[in-house]
Amino acid sequence: MTQASVSSRPRFLLGLEPRTLDLADPTRTVLEYLRLDERRRGTKEGCAEGDCGACTVALGECGADGVVRYRAVNACIQFAATLDGKQLVTVEDLAEGERLHPVQQALVDAHGSQCGFCTPGFVMSMYVGHEADKAAGATPDRQAINDRLAGNLCRCTGYRPIVDAALAAASEPAPAQADRLRAAAAAALPALARADTLAIEADGRRYFAPATLDQAADLLAQWPGATLLAGGTDVGLWVTKLHKRLDTVIYLGDVVELKGIVERPGHWWIGAGATYNEALAAFAGLHPDLAELVRRIGSLQIRNAGTLGGNIGNASPIGDSMPALIALGAQLHLRRGAAGRVMPIEDYFLGYRRTALQPGELIVGVEIPKLAANQRFATYKVSKRFDQDISAVCPAYRLTLDDQGVITEARIAHGGMAAIPARAPRTEAALTGRPWTAETVAAAMAALADDYAPIDDMRASAGYRLKVARNLLRRFHLATTAPQTRVHVLAKEVAA
Amino acid sequence: MNAELPIRPGPARGQVRESRPHDSAIKQVTGRAFYTDDIVEPAGTLEAYVAQSTEAHARITRLDVAAVRTAPGVRAVLTAADVPGVNNVGPVLADDPIFAEGLVEYVGQSLFAVIADDVRAARAAARLAVVEYEPLPALITVEAALAAGSYVLPSVTMRRGDAATAIAGAPHRLAGRLEIGGQDHFYLEGQISLALPGEDGDVTVVCSTQHPSEVQHLVAHALHVPVAAVTVEVRRMGGGFGGKETQASLFAAIAAIGARVTGRPIKLRLDRDDDMVMTGKRHDFLATWDVGFDGEGRLHGLKAMLAARCGYSADLSAAICDRALFHLDNAYYIPAVEAVSHRCKTHTVSNTAFRGFGGPQGMMVIERILDDVARHLRLDPLEVRRRNLYGDAGRDVTPYGMTVEDNVMPQLIAELVESSGYQARREAVAAFNAANPILKKGLALTPVKFGISFTTTHLNQAGALIHLYQDGSVHLNHGGTEMGQGLFTKVAQVVATEFGIDVDHVKITATTTAKVPNTSATAASSGSDMNGKAAQAAAQTLKARLAEVAAAEFGCRPEDVAFADNRVSGGDRSLGFAEVVTKAYFARVSLSSTGYYRTPKIHFDKDSFTGRPFYYFAYGAAVAEVTIDTLTGEYRLDRADILHDCGASLNPAIDRGQVEGGFIQGMGWLTSEELVFDGRGRLRTHAPSTYKIPACGDVPAEFHVTLLRDNPNTEPTIHRSKAVGEPPLMLGISVFAALRDAVAATYDDPAALPALDAPATPERVLAAIAP
Repeated sequence: MTQASVSSRPRFLLGLEPRTLDLADPTRTVLEYLRLDERRRGTKEGCAEGDCGACTVALGECGADGVVRYRAVNACIQFAATLDGKQLVTVEDLAEGERLHPVQQALVDAHGSQCGFCTPGFVMSMYVGHEADKAAGATPDRQAINDRLAGNLCRCTGYRPIVDAALAAASEPAPAQADRLRAAAAAALPALARADTLAIEADGRRYFAPATLDQAADLLAQWPGATLLAGGTDVGLWVTKLHKRLDTVIYLGDVVELKGIVERPGHWWIGAGATYNEALAAFAGLHPDLAELVRRIGSLQIRNAGTLGGNIGNASPIGDSMPALIALGAQLHLRRGAAGRVMPIEDYFLGYRRTALQPGELIVGVEIPKLAANQRFATYKVSKRFDQDISAVCPAYRLTLDDQGVITEARIAHGGMAAIPARAPRTEAALTGRPWTAETVAAAMAALADDYAPIDDMRASAGYRLKVARNLLRRFHLATTAPQTRVHVLAKEVAA
Repeated sequence: MNAELPIRPGPARGQVRESRPHDSAIKQVTGRAFYTDDIVEPAGTLEAYVAQSTEAHARITRLDVAAVRTAPGVRAVLTAADVPGVNNVGPVLADDPIFAEGLVEYVGQSLFAVIADDVRAARAAARLAVVEYEPLPALITVEAALAAGSYVLPSVTMRRGDAATAIAGAPHRLAGRLEIGGQDHFYLEGQISLALPGEDGDVTVVCSTQHPSEVQHLVAHALHVPVAAVTVEVRRMGGGFGGKETQASLFAAIAAIGARVTGRPIKLRLDRDDDMVMTGKRHDFLATWDVGFDGEGRLHGLKAMLAARCGYSADLSAAICDRALFHLDNAYYIPAVEAVSHRCKTHTVSNTAFRGFGGPQGMMVIERILDDVARHLRLDPLEVRRRNLYGDAGRDVTPYGMTVEDNVMPQLIAELVESSGYQARREAVAAFNAANPILKKGLALTPVKFGISFTTTHLNQAGALIHLYQDGSVHLNHGGTEMGQGLFTKVAQVVATEFGIDVDHVKITATTTAKVPNTSATAASSGSDMNGKAAQAAAQTLKARLAEVAAAEFGCRPEDVAFADNRVSGGDRSLGFAEVVTKAYFARVSLSSTGYYRTPKIHFDKDSFTGRPFYYFAYGAAVAEVTIDTLTGEYRLDRADILHDCGASLNPAIDRGQVEGGFIQGMGWLTSEELVFDGRGRLRTHAPSTYKIPACGDVPAEFHVTLLRDNPNTEPTIHRSKAVGEPPLMLGISVFAALRDAVAATYDDPAALPALDAPATPERVLAAIAP
């Protein structure tokens, strides 16, 4: 990499207007940029950790097909440098003079704001949903709206009028102002695309955004101690919550090779840089439980930013998809300089936030084997709140059965039961070679206590974790052997 | 002369009873509504960060901030020695130091403040302080405080009749125990103050507070200046819920002291974690009781003990714990009562006002008692609740001696039972439970009767100020604060109705101590009752003056002048409203007036714990249906039906918003919102990642909310409306009761009394089901 091939200032659109940023702090957040530098103060800080949604903004990107797609993200944990090549749309952009966007008007008409502090965030989530609906010709139902707004907390209204407003706005066409924003992005963004690395150096700190995997691998070889940044849903909090100073950041979100999601005959490939939302189709293709699990990872804003690779990379003990990847026998593809290696994902986690990743190494993607006809799979998440919560217990099971219904292989892993997502070898042994019956399940439930020694914390007690882990094995048995038995309160027939 | 405002023909818009949108709605959806942090700071504004105690109870043996003072960007460090006046912001007792002096009594207590160019620099610098402690024994829980006899205030007993004898003579008797968790307000906008120094040592504080007058007084004492030298202003809050009644003062005082010391504007905004750690919450309670009742489930006598975790200081705990006693009866007649309230001192943050103000905890206790009575007798809890309701003479006096004169509960429940299909659903729930081994349903109807007025009688007063300008526009100001509840909209509607003009002509303005002095907090659900009346009084004064002017013009009597349709009429003549205002100006008539209101009839004797503390009661009831998973304890609220009494509503849409929002907030308190303090007194759930308020998916798809029709307030309140801020929160108790109903369905014995404490997290639900 030579100096001549780098650019040093992020360029993007703020609404309709082009912007070039001189960042004195490469980890300045989008929210700080908006509120302090632009004095656009419609976007609020409610938590600075991506959990309340008051800071929700829309990011527009122009695809290779020339189509602009928007996603809602939390401005509080996104670094402003990552705006490079994108369009940032905020609550101030939506109205045309006094003429409100349909989602804004619907909120007014439905009495959807009280204190109003969360309202700009809701408006932005609703706007992005509205844009997506119009592009797809779709009409959302209440559940779709709930999923879309799960990352926006409101303390005043009880949500009913907000959801009603979103449903009412769905029948309105996109207004001229929304089309204008979209057209501006389509016109301007292609010219902002880079083939080189964005490199910012300020205040003794460095930020790199490579455009290709080779550039990323080279940079990482040069800066092996760098913090790798993908969606920022974890790293962002190191700055906003832990108040850490990050000296060198390598942002992988612009690396095209990391984005791929491919279905192959025996497996799915999910690139490390694919967001959870982008990877949803792959997860759904693997098993409906996985789609349901991913639906409940964070919120839409988090899934729009957070990546599978980032989740694995930071070895967060609370990654909900990790038990499933372990149970499914996923293989991790790693790269260091020009050299690659492949390892089973279960060997990757070594301890709390400790992994087998070598200095200078990065995750390229995950290969997830598909289920065979004689395999039974489930994954569950138990938390205090259904939406946007961190699991107390998160198991995944894959059983392989022979013609007689005898278990020939059991792969079971849990989140929330140890410092890392971990397999349950004794429980697996209690199942292997036995028929998939209630008696076998009872023996396996007892064995869970030999596999795990969970802890008490603010989410759950050790006793609860163990009891639920046991009971969920029973749920899995009932779900696979007695499908007429209702075993989950989220199932639609119960609510209906 | 100014041009007259354009006046449409036809009826004036935005009168009372009309479902107007919130006055700020358009500003809020476009990002144009300014909160304190959105005001463009004057050049030179500095930011403050408050350093906090890491110990629950300790002597400070060393506090050395020398390195902080010399850190980059730091302009000043404030410690107790830098407070010009009184180092205290206690609202009732002087027991809340601004900066700790020698002793800390909770994790998060303010030690010193750093003033720097920005908050990042201030926070980084604060870490350079050397703080050494000598730890002292810390009491964290209510039980520990009870065992140690540790109280912030003396215990209080509410007594009627001879409870012990009544219980002893009753055919049935049960004892019980209930833990009720606290609740963080989780207003979306955290605590914030912006202090602007003026001349003569004056200061103006823009502050997110429900109680500008108290902030003003406490800031003045801290600065050692006359109260008149301090102005406190708030246009709107991003939520309050009681959390900004007393809790804003500390931060306002620190910002004001910083402004005094540096001569620069100071902004002090807490981030979410600091806010949750440093500010008080809803009191958690431990209750035990002994109850005697007959075979029909009618209560004969009740002995109860309510112990509240007040935290390290008194704050408003006296009134809060009193209100818990006032609502221990909820909607029920209890012939003999002896209830003792302990106000426990713990080494945790000082708990404070939160929507309901102790009432919710009192109600939780009696609702659990009636649930137990019903299950013990194998009766439907609803039947037992109905049998115990207040009724006719002989069954219409509360334990504190107030006659319930406006009781609509029997009819209200009958209407809700009918509209919710309660009886058929009770059978459907039983059928579901018989057919499903893993999932169980529960159903419950619980009532709310909530007393309206500050129980501290002198607080029941309010003031307003109205100016008329020559173009007919109206400047409205009053002592109430806007936190989202729609107070400003309702009061504007009252004024618009009085003048018979479009509400758009009434300019809503920020609350400021400079316009209306000595105000009470916007609290106790009293905002529109009191400020509505005060503004109405001001408007009526002005109207009388305008009527004189118009009568002279029209040649009629002033009492024959009418204000309607944006016009003023008398005899066969009429003029536009603005024309009359202009004529009044030229006739040298004052176009500005204050208005004042004090709530009538109320009185209370603290010594005997009797009187009429409330002007009237607000009523409501809710039916909740839940499904629980007996493998995990997870649950859903499947359906909720609410019927709530707002009297003759000033604005039905706004009132419905209060009902729905209150219900969901109450549900959150009793289900997913869990405050976890560890053994060292550290709050472990101090951000939305760990503290879970309801999300939109938790709201039932079937959510039926109706305001009770044809039920004007029996008292002459503002347009016969009723207060609505707090009462609906307690409708959320129905969800907790339904969860227990579902848990009870897991027991073979229908008389089982499952032990389910609040909040009913999935973990507690699972622990409560049959072993």
